[in-house]
Amino acid sequence: MPASTNNGIETWRLRTSKEQWIRWVCWLIGIAIIMYAWQMISEKTIWFFVADAPNQAADISSRMVPPKWSYMAKLWKPVWDTINIATIGTIMAMAIAVPVAFATARNTTPNIVVRTIGLFVIVSSRSVNSLIWALILVFILGPGVLAGTIAIGLRSVGFCAKLIYESIEEIDHTQVEAIEATGASGSQKMIFGILPQVLPTIAGVGIYRWDINIRESTILGLVGAGGIGLQLNGSLNTLAWTQVSLILIVILVTVFISEWVSAKVRGAII
Amino acid sequence: MTDSSEIGTYPSSWKKAPFIKNSFVRWLIIVGGAIYLAAALGTMNIDLERVKEGLPRAQRFLEAFFPPNFSDNRGVLWEGIAESIWMAIISTVAGIALSIPIGLGAARNLAPAWVYLFCRGIIAASRTFPEIILAIFAVKLFGFGPFAGFIALSLGTIGFYAKLLAEDIENSSASQAEAVKATGANWFQWVNYSIQPQVMPRMIGLSIYRLDINFRESAVVGIVGGGGIGATLNTSFSRYEFDTAAAILIIIILIVMFMEYTSSFFRKWVQ
Repeated sequence: MPASTNNGIETWRLRTSKEQWIRWVCWLIGIAIIMYAWQMISEKTIWFFVADAPNQAADISSRMVPPKWSYMAKLWKPVWDTINIATIGTIMAMAIAVPVAFATARNTTPNIVVRTIGLFVIVSSRSVNSLIWALILVFILGPGVLAGTIAIGLRSVGFCAKLIYESIEEIDHTQVEAIEATGASGSQKMIFGILPQVLPTIAGVGIYRWDINIRESTILGLVGAGGIGLQLNGSLNTLAWTQVSLILIVILVTVFISEWVSAKVRGAII
Repeated sequence: MTDSSEIGTYPSSWKKAPFIKNSFVRWLIIVGGAIYLAAALGTMNIDLERVKEGLPRAQRFLEAFFPPNFSDNRGVLWEGIAESIWMAIISTVAGIALSIPIGLGAARNLAPAWVYLFCRGIIAASRTFPEIILAIFAVKLFGFGPFAGFIALSLGTIGFYAKLLAEDIENSSASQAEAVKATGANWFQWVNYSIQPQVMPRMIGLSIYRLDINFRESAVVGIVGGGGIGATLNTSFSRYEFDTAAAILIIIILIVMFMEYTSSFFRKWVQ
């Protein structure tokens, strides 16, 4: 037990002196990095604008009310597009992610080369944000819903595959062994031994990702990839603040509904 | 022993049990899903001509990506990366500093009902809007540059970190908390010695994970003017400097891989 001796009396302490010193040095380094980072950011900041922010905030919020409710008539189609981008993108992602996950999981991978490729696919899909995918795809496929859908799909592959392959690695092996003992082939083992164990995870991950994708697909329009973001971008560029506030409300409601649906469905599955 | 009628009724083949047991619900989902997919694909306006036109373009585009150009002609590449890293660090720290009181307030077993509802409200608001939308408004308010990105990412961090912190506190063992309370600890001592040690390991892991997310997000807040590598990336796309864009994407992927590796190492070390 760490203790310090003071005038011959031992007093309890949480840490030994050495631990205390190590912690102190770590804190010093951490704070130095943070101060340096702050310095770098503040160098590039025009503080006059920052000081003006409360006025700007008051100005913008006074322009944003009341929301232009009549604009709603033009928003139904973009909302529908946004939901489609998320849904079809998620379906596409799951179709790719499940095989990738099986190829990557340590206990189902055919060999180390395939596993490495799988891991690389997962990391690169996860590292590049859907907005950047959309930026690239708009160049290739032209602006529109298709570019957004594929962007969402590509972005989601890594996330879904990672969660699925982790759950494949954690399955109960006795069940697979039991199937194997009946003389099942490799693919039968996969279908009857492994798949039933991970199916709830696959469904859960799909629903969870769908919920995230609804949120992400609301912004893809900023780079021209369809959905309600297009309207948002247009309204921001034309300084139509009453439309902006309506769009934000619509996004809020859509996200809340999708979150509710996702929670309900996941509750029913798991 | 067995007579033939019994053999007849015994099923000779086995069928896998369906995933959804109620057959009505199962068919409802299948038919509803099919109708929805048809409607969705029907209204998507996929212009196959345009896609066909795009394919050779995709090939040229990918060719333009290689070889990636790390030479940094305009001297902005490394500056952008550095800016992104600083932005990610400072916004993670600020976001977590803001998240701790909100997370404590949003834990049902610590806070009174009105504080709980207030803090949950903040979390819900922060979670709803993607960082990009927060960044658009931050740019409008604070002007172009990394400060706007910093504000957007910090606010985004609250929704993530405070929520997980609150959930972790709610799941922490009540008996330990009770034991510390029984010694006559005041509220701060109680939180410090009974709750904090229980949630700390997971929270350190999550803060590194959030740093990783913030770095990735800092690559996109630049698209709307929030500074960082995203601004550089966007510029190189608009200038058709695809080799530079490829270099940026590769650097982002490498940094994220490095962070993922360190975060798993850190988490093992903390636990």
